Amino acid sequence: MASIRQNVYPDVLPDFRNLGVIARILVGVNVLALAAAVYAAPAWSQALAEFVGGAAFLEPLLLASLVLLYALAPMLARLPYWWGCAAVLGLVSLLAAGAYAIWPGSADPGAPGLARTVVLAAVVVTLLLGYLRLLAKAHSPALAEARLQALQARIRPHFLFNSLNAVLALIRRDPKRAERTLEDLADLFRTLVSDGRKFVRLADEIALLERYASIEQLRLGDRLRVVWELDSAPPDALLPPLLLQPLLENAIYHGVEPGTGTGEVLVRIEQRGGRVLARVENPYFPEHQHRAGNRMALANIGERLQLFFDAEGRVETGVQGERYVVQVELPYRSREAGRG
Amino acid sequence: MSELAVFIADDEAPARARLRELLEDIAQQLPSRVVGEAANGFEAIERVPESGAQVLLLDIQMPGMGGLEVARHLARLQQAPAVVFVTAHDRHAVEAFELNALDYLLKPVRAERLGAALRKAMAAGATAAAPLERAADKAREYLSAAERNRIQLVPLRDVLYFKAELKYVTLRTREREHLIEESLVALEREFADGFVRIHRNCLVSKAAIRGFERAADEDDEPRWLVVLDGLEERLPVSRRQWPTVRDLIAER
Repeated sequence: MASIRQNVYPDVLPDFRNLGVIARILVGVNVLALAAAVYAAPAWSQALAEFVGGAAFLEPLLLASLVLLYALAPMLARLPYWWGCAAVLGLVSLLAAGAYAIWPGSADPGAPGLARTVVLAAVVVTLLLGYLRLLAKAHSPALAEARLQALQARIRPHFLFNSLNAVLALIRRDPKRAERTLEDLADLFRTLVSDGRKFVRLADEIALLERYASIEQLRLGDRLRVVWELDSAPPDALLPPLLLQPLLENAIYHGVEPGTGTGEVLVRIEQRGGRVLARVENPYFPEHQHRAGNRMALANIGERLQLFFDAEGRVETGVQGERYVVQVELPYRSREAGRG
Repeated sequence: MSELAVFIADDEAPARARLRELLEDIAQQLPSRVVGEAANGFEAIERVPESGAQVLLLDIQMPGMGGLEVARHLARLQQAPAVVFVTAHDRHAVEAFELNALDYLLKPVRAERLGAALRKAMAAGATAAAPLERAADKAREYLSAAERNRIQLVPLRDVLYFKAELKYVTLRTREREHLIEESLVALEREFADGFVRIHRNCLVSKAAIRGFERAADEDDEPRWLVVLDGLEERLPVSRRQWPTVRDLIAER
């Protein structure tokens, strides 16, 4: 199926609010400036002085450009790719011209002149846009597609068969509940076979978590207690589908099923500033952590976070007392903010 | 035709209910009676011996003690039941487990398959220990001794040493001794991680070793004795095993 959709990945402008993009621009521009300084200086020893001299003009311009692009990112993102590129090019060139005009050094006899400054700025912008486009290509279509499909969360067969078994047991005694459980299973599988590249709303992911938990509840009865702390979860935050479900599945598989008593699982999702924090806790059974799959699921979530959010997504795990804690952090984005 | 006595061990209540229903469904062709249920491995070990079960329907993934280990302990009973494993694993995992030599059912269980498995189990009788050992995916966490009609479990971490006597192996914990019907060679293989052979007839727990004492022997050859945690008794190290044992302790 994928082979006939050659052009589903139109080029998109880099996300100027993404930490990874910002870092790459900062490093890229400075490396270019350093190279230029080395080239322009008559000797190695003077290269640094040359660079510092240039930096007095370059760095304020660079920062001002980044701030401007950050502010305009949602608007830029709505433009077609090439228009967006042209807009970025125009904006930065204008900024460069303005900065040159007010720069005290422009009166020096050795100053490069307005035209050269603007052309230089435009060349650097073009180079960086080209670099970021190549980077996006390397991460995106075929490669990222394959990786994402391989990474798309998979539900354990163990869960599927046990759930079906539980539903079969319900059909005669409690047909209504059997129906509800099958509907829950259907929703879960609909998400599972859906397009893993499209963002979903946090509210939908939470609904899915609740469906999943109710199926597990049916199987495990009193042994499972899920505590939900979702009051400050931003329902409109966007995230890759089934990003959090594997955390709950792991928590139950590793933290509740191995115990003979009641296991309590905590699910807390909240917004803190521009970040969304999701935390899942479960009882810790050291001897069961080696059960296959936990590391893999976490590595999988980590990689998907990286593909979607670059440096801004994070997954951390740890043991706190007798609880095993997984925390996922991602930038808060909603559809209203432009991207997604 | 007399009723078949069936015991159901599964940690999920709906799964147990489902098996009961299926047994009722096939009662026409195969009359049976559920003589007991267990929601984890320990309950199964405790209840199966007294239940008089002929067949045990045993879930493999259970908390506390998994089905494979439960079956190995129950196999020591004089009147051990025939075991039919029930698992939600897929076929691939079943092959990896070497369950093929054993009777097993895949969840969700079908009535016809259940009937066929019960008939087969009745004909074959008690499940043999050897295929169970082969199917075991990891070392046991408990050792067991059959005492009259019950199974006494001893946690592996409590074992200080195993010593081969004439016919039995003696297992020593801080509190007491147990006689178990196993071979020292097999124990050494299964628990290689935690135990070391100090003598032709003796395996000791690495974690329990506190140190060594020089034996006052008439021979001119020096002899060493192992001092174990919380035990008066000293165990001789054979000359042959001494370098291995010494290096092992030096590494800590």
